[in-house]
Amino acid sequence: MSRLEILKTYKIYIGGQFPRTESGRFYSPLDKKGKPLGNICLSSRKDVRNAIVAARKAFGSWSERAAFNRGQILYRIAEMLEGRKEQFISELIQQGSTKKNAEEEVNLSIDRIVYYAGWCDKYQQVLSSVNPVASSHFNFSVLEPTGVVGILAPQNTSLIGLVSIMLPVICGGNTCVVIASENLPLCAVTFAEVLNSSDVPGGVVNILTGTNKELNETLSTHMDVNAIVYGGDDLEALKQIQENAVLNVKRVFSYSKDWSKADSQDLYMISDTQEIKTTWHPIENIGGSSSSY
Amino acid sequence: MATKKKNTEQGIDWNYSPSLESTSHLKLKKKYDLFIDGEWVKPSSGKYFKTVNPANEEVIAEIAYGNQEDVDKAVKAARKAYTDVWSIMPPAERAKYIFRIARLMQERARELAVAETLDAGKTIRESRDIDVPLACNYFFYYAGWADKLEYAFPNRKVESLGVAGQIIPWNFPLLMAAWKIAPALATGNTVVLKPAETTPLTALILAEIIEESGLPAGVVNIVTGHGDTGAAIVNHPDIDKIAFTGSTNVGKIIQKALAGTSKKLTLELGGKSANIIFDDAPIDQAVEGIVNGIFFNQGHVCCAGSRLYVQESVAELVIQKLKSRMDSLYLGNPLDKNTDIGAINSKEQLETIHKYIKIGKQEGAEMYQPKCSIPTKGFYCAPTLFINVAQSSVIAQEEIFGPVLTIQTFRTVDEVIQKANNSPFGLAAGVWTDKGSRIFNLSSKLRAGVIWANTYNKFDPTSPFGGYKESGFGREGGLHGLNSYVKLS
Repeated sequence: MSRLEILKTYKIYIGGQFPRTESGRFYSPLDKKGKPLGNICLSSRKDVRNAIVAARKAFGSWSERAAFNRGQILYRIAEMLEGRKEQFISELIQQGSTKKNAEEEVNLSIDRIVYYAGWCDKYQQVLSSVNPVASSHFNFSVLEPTGVVGILAPQNTSLIGLVSIMLPVICGGNTCVVIASENLPLCAVTFAEVLNSSDVPGGVVNILTGTNKELNETLSTHMDVNAIVYGGDDLEALKQIQENAVLNVKRVFSYSKDWSKADSQDLYMISDTQEIKTTWHPIENIGGSSSSY
Repeated sequence: MATKKKNTEQGIDWNYSPSLESTSHLKLKKKYDLFIDGEWVKPSSGKYFKTVNPANEEVIAEIAYGNQEDVDKAVKAARKAYTDVWSIMPPAERAKYIFRIARLMQERARELAVAETLDAGKTIRESRDIDVPLACNYFFYYAGWADKLEYAFPNRKVESLGVAGQIIPWNFPLLMAAWKIAPALATGNTVVLKPAETTPLTALILAEIIEESGLPAGVVNIVTGHGDTGAAIVNHPDIDKIAFTGSTNVGKIIQKALAGTSKKLTLELGGKSANIIFDDAPIDQAVEGIVNGIFFNQGHVCCAGSRLYVQESVAELVIQKLKSRMDSLYLGNPLDKNTDIGAINSKEQLETIHKYIKIGKQEGAEMYQPKCSIPTKGFYCAPTLFINVAQSSVIAQEEIFGPVLTIQTFRTVDEVIQKANNSPFGLAAGVWTDKGSRIFNLSSKLRAGVIWANTYNKFDPTSPFGGYKESGFGREGGLHGLNSYVKLS
């Protein structure tokens, strides 16, 4: 008799843990042949709130880590993903991709993680400045992460879209709550497992599955979310998010790119979720000596 | 071999048990050939030289003595690798090779640390905690730049130079190899590197790592040898760039040799860096900073804080505390984790240091050395300080490159700026004060490439390093370090 396969229970990812949704609900997105992909968690507003609490808790230590250390951890994500390539390829195929496209998508995702791993200890040097003010002050501006970022992953891809808009956010020291693609959620859930084994501290990335309609509202109205990154293409939904953002002046960024392109990655996606901090410091100005040697 | 020490201030006898780092996991070859075009090849002269452990004068291994013919072979391999593979490889793929090297180095970190200590005489604490991790980090850091160069030079087209010839010193053998190789590779150049004759081991282990990483053959070539080997690199017509770290004298010879050629040059040369203590400085931390500034790596540091300037009102206290701290330093076997001061790198260098100590005494300065037992085998020098030194004194003007500190005093900010800048060198300076505005005053007026405020001898891959004046030109580290290896158009 042939061996019976063990089926995977798809969970959500909050604060480094893998619970099912607190609501106990599920939904069943279908593959191209109309077969259910699985019983995916239909996350609730409470799950979103829990995830935001976890993200806020993780923000202090993640943002204060040495940039170099964040780079090492991001690189470790790439190492872990490389080792689990086959699983992602088969999930992409299950969700309707061809084998070739699936392979390309996973390879590009790995390389994109390495790209942002490299940026961790470099964007500051490129974008910060020493400002030549006229008074006797040393004046400089540095970038600091915005805080907790809500991410609405692109709907039309399962992995590369998620990776492309999430990595710049955590590269810059933010923490985030991600709502996965509603109809292609498998890779997001499995990617949480990769993150969990990559030295990424719990709470830095939280990943929920469910319907955008229900979750966008809670995420974009929440008073402890500092920014929203929108990867979808529903302009009505985006408008609603932008209006909700007013409540606590969230920064909203919307990207619509073809994420499968090799150059759909850049420095300015990192700087979007950064604040600029300027410091003034007096320079002692006494005596007549000058640096004339 | 822990030496018995007496802390004179507290009257306590300290006696640490020896804590020797094991060498059992280090598998060295008896003989090392040249690493050219991805292969280990015998030197065309058939000659080898010995590399010795300066801590006990035992021979560690025999090293190939590369000559002009070998250098030519290496340059040809580097040129071919540049044209056929490395310069046309997508930058993101180039990055991945460099990341791989960084990871493999991290995996073999302990082995590298022990080899470095054996070959260079530096303490295991230093090679384990500073040299080797930093070397890994420079590779990791520059790896990430490979596919981001257009952000470093906005509005310009960035191209690699071609073949880089790199000559490195014996004070930080592996770290200097990393400072040179990592940015060169990230920017798309290929490399011919010559390690120093007294410390070739870790560069050769790095060659093994590079081999293991699958880096295309010829992208990095390591040619060991002496000064004439280095000269053959400098004078080779098919090299596009020379990067040299070493003495100002040799740097000047290289600058002259390159005059009239189109080779790009960076020089990281000697120093005589001022370490300035103001009366409002936290004195105990400052004393630690003085010790770290001059006795770190036995004073074999181009940016060593070898000229100490103490504000007059606290001079007596600082000198007293400094002497007491020197009394508690452990000198001895570099492999012992208790050791603070290891072996002088070579007999030749020990003689140079002794020569300067003699000059200092002849010039009438007052010398202090703690009483410590000097091992009978190996090359060692007790930590030394000179008080009542004149600004014009030879020991205050010339680079000694050993654990020898000169102390002068000052009264005003203006005075110390003038004194500190009164040097042909301009590599680094230290400033110790509680007052932030004073730090920025000093850091804008001191003519040196690196200013350390309330710290000393700090290095980081993101932080540019290099000197003003006769300490050389060009920067290593950070975004600015890329500039040394690119052509902008």
